[in-house]
Amino acid sequence: MEETLSVKQKKYLEQPKERISGSEAIVRCLLGEGVDVLYGYPGGAIMPVYDELYKYQDKIHHVLTRHEQGATHSAQGYARISGKVGVAMATSGPGATNLITGIADAQIDSTPIVCITGQVPSHLLGSDAFQETDIVGISTPVTKWNHQITKASEIPEVIAKAFYIAKSGRPGPVLIDITKDAQFEEFDFQYKKCEGIRSYNPVPTVEDSKLKEAAELINSAKKPMIVWGQGVILGKAEEELKAVIEKAGIPSAWTIMGASAISTSHPLNIGMVGMHGNYAPNVLTNECDVLIAIGMRFDDRVTGKLDEYAKQAKVIHFEIDPAEIDKNVKTDVAVLGDSKESLTKLLPLLNANSHSEWLQKFKNLYAIEFDKVIKNDLHPTKEGLTMGEVLNEINTQSKGEAAIVSDVGQHQMIACRYAEFNTSKSNITSGGLGTMGFALPAAIGAKMAAPDREVVAIIGDGGYQMTIQELGTIFQTKVPVKIVVLNNDFLGMVRQWQQLFFDKRYASTELVNPDFVAIAKGYYVNAKRVTKREELASAVEEMMKSKDAYFLEVCVEKEDNVFPMVPSGASVSDIRLE
Amino acid sequence: MEEKELFTVSIYTENNIGLLNRISAIFQRRHINIESLNTSASEIEGVSRFTILVNMTENQVKKIIGQIEKQVEVIKAYYHTDEDTIYQESCLFKVKSDLLFEERQIQNIIKDSNARIVTVNKEFFVIEKSGRRNEIELLHRELSVFGIMQFVRSGRIAVTKDEMKITEMLAAFNN
Repeated sequence: MEETLSVKQKKYLEQPKERISGSEAIVRCLLGEGVDVLYGYPGGAIMPVYDELYKYQDKIHHVLTRHEQGATHSAQGYARISGKVGVAMATSGPGATNLITGIADAQIDSTPIVCITGQVPSHLLGSDAFQETDIVGISTPVTKWNHQITKASEIPEVIAKAFYIAKSGRPGPVLIDITKDAQFEEFDFQYKKCEGIRSYNPVPTVEDSKLKEAAELINSAKKPMIVWGQGVILGKAEEELKAVIEKAGIPSAWTIMGASAISTSHPLNIGMVGMHGNYAPNVLTNECDVLIAIGMRFDDRVTGKLDEYAKQAKVIHFEIDPAEIDKNVKTDVAVLGDSKESLTKLLPLLNANSHSEWLQKFKNLYAIEFDKVIKNDLHPTKEGLTMGEVLNEINTQSKGEAAIVSDVGQHQMIACRYAEFNTSKSNITSGGLGTMGFALPAAIGAKMAAPDREVVAIIGDGGYQMTIQELGTIFQTKVPVKIVVLNNDFLGMVRQWQQLFFDKRYASTELVNPDFVAIAKGYYVNAKRVTKREELASAVEEMMKSKDAYFLEVCVEKEDNVFPMVPSGASVSDIRLE
Repeated sequence: MEEKELFTVSIYTENNIGLLNRISAIFQRRHINIESLNTSASEIEGVSRFTILVNMTENQVKKIIGQIEKQVEVIKAYYHTDEDTIYQESCLFKVKSDLLFEERQIQNIIKDSNARIVTVNKEFFVIEKSGRRNEIELLHRELSVFGIMQFVRSGRIAVTKDEMKITEMLAAFNN
């Protein structure tokens, strides 16, 4: 056996082992993975680990959130802005089940997070013990991988695997459940990062023949269009994408998860696709001759009615996850692999081109959208404040350098449509799951991962109240996030649908709201309310200049709608402007 | 509309608690009924094999295979039609012992169907039969006339006519 060991393995075996507890091992594993901050909430079954966190508090910062859901969203915000793995921790039972929403959100938005939960002692498993819940069973459909540890000796290998799985290939959430006896148990500790798992091939090899086919199609296209998604950001392929776009002169649109990968001011950036995306890329999806999808998954909010989606076009799909190929849209050429590698290899195969006439079509349609929608959103002449003008003011004052963390609903669509981005990883939102309550805790994680960046949370009055208690975390940790609540006293998006599709029957969408400014002040967060246009610029300025956390409530028009809109079940080219 | 047909899904996996749950959830979420499911060892030491029988369109089964292979502990998944595989099911019948002597016909049925008597005692005897579903169903019909105390049928097990390249895949990882 000795002879078959590699030098690396021998070196590992020669490392001194230390006899420590399982709980100390957990903290040491986290340090081994470079974790500097984690978000969580203590409780009975995870107390041994918290005891170790107390001892290691100079090396690893534990942030006490006010709810376990907040811990997962903070871990997500941390991961989304930094590209690193976010970590959340909770106790067994309700602590663990409270993580589920954030885990499901991370699963559908491919966010690398590792969640560690305490579990009742192994001899009590299955006995309906106090705070026992089958969290591995519950989390199975919403995790990339999960595992229960019942012996301390499993801890190093399983945690190493957890981090490797969470961040490799198409990232996702991993949950590790650790029984309390395994936390107490002592064993000989040694840590080694995971370098591969035989049943798991995270990054498929890029096939040159497929790249060639793709390049030929692109080179022959008269009306090509790119739609990129978060795969570009996760693959750190922003520069490569930009080079491809510029060389081949291809008008390029993005999904909500792909926002900010390429500057919003880039001349070939033609805006967002999807239900509330821009007019031109939605309409011209059904006119392009080659549709090049890069790191996106043809979500139903992007495609609208599938039978009428880009039927005239040849479809090229660059994708890391083989299960996405032909899942929703049948592709003509599928290029599997990492986006950075694929785009790097694609670039030299492309002919330099400029599709100026084709690009002009996008500009013409933009002019229509500007006239019908954008102008009124950003520069309204009516009395009531619009969500769009708030975004416009933030753009102006941040010069497009802020990271925007949005919640879910009308304000989210407005934020994603109008926020100006010059830096990648700047649009942090709950795309796939549509989790109200995401933004406030996610902003905490984002600001902690990127303290030098301005982080502005844009939240509706509904979603804000789903995780409003995280103001306590903001106050306690002194994390200087900027919070903007766009208050229309309604669950605005649902109200919009009720207005358009349910004959204005506003069933349970009107909110009777508390004094948000008083609540923020109750948490010792500076706060201001704006109700008039003339107050907006100075209030935003005060917020942006604040060194501390700041809460700004903007009371906007109650019954504004978000347009354009592809009604549910309609084709993308049937997008409505009003 | 694409026609539904029977597919045998073969999945090679690491032997891990919870994987059955993970795989069955993929079917459940898409409202696909599993006709039968068998898990066992495979030809490779330490590697388990799931054999799942489903009735669906080829387009659907392709997508399902993608979702299954996406699971971290799945090494490889395949789907095959009946023509591509050699497959069997097996079943047990528990019948009252008196019948064996009172109803001479039962002995003929057992003989003609290539079934096998596993055990006999004073109260009951047990018949085992392996074969195709229709053979087992025929035997069931024939025996039910006399009364069956207990009946159980296994899930389908199948091997493919073509080679599965799984061993090479695993060897490649170890190098």
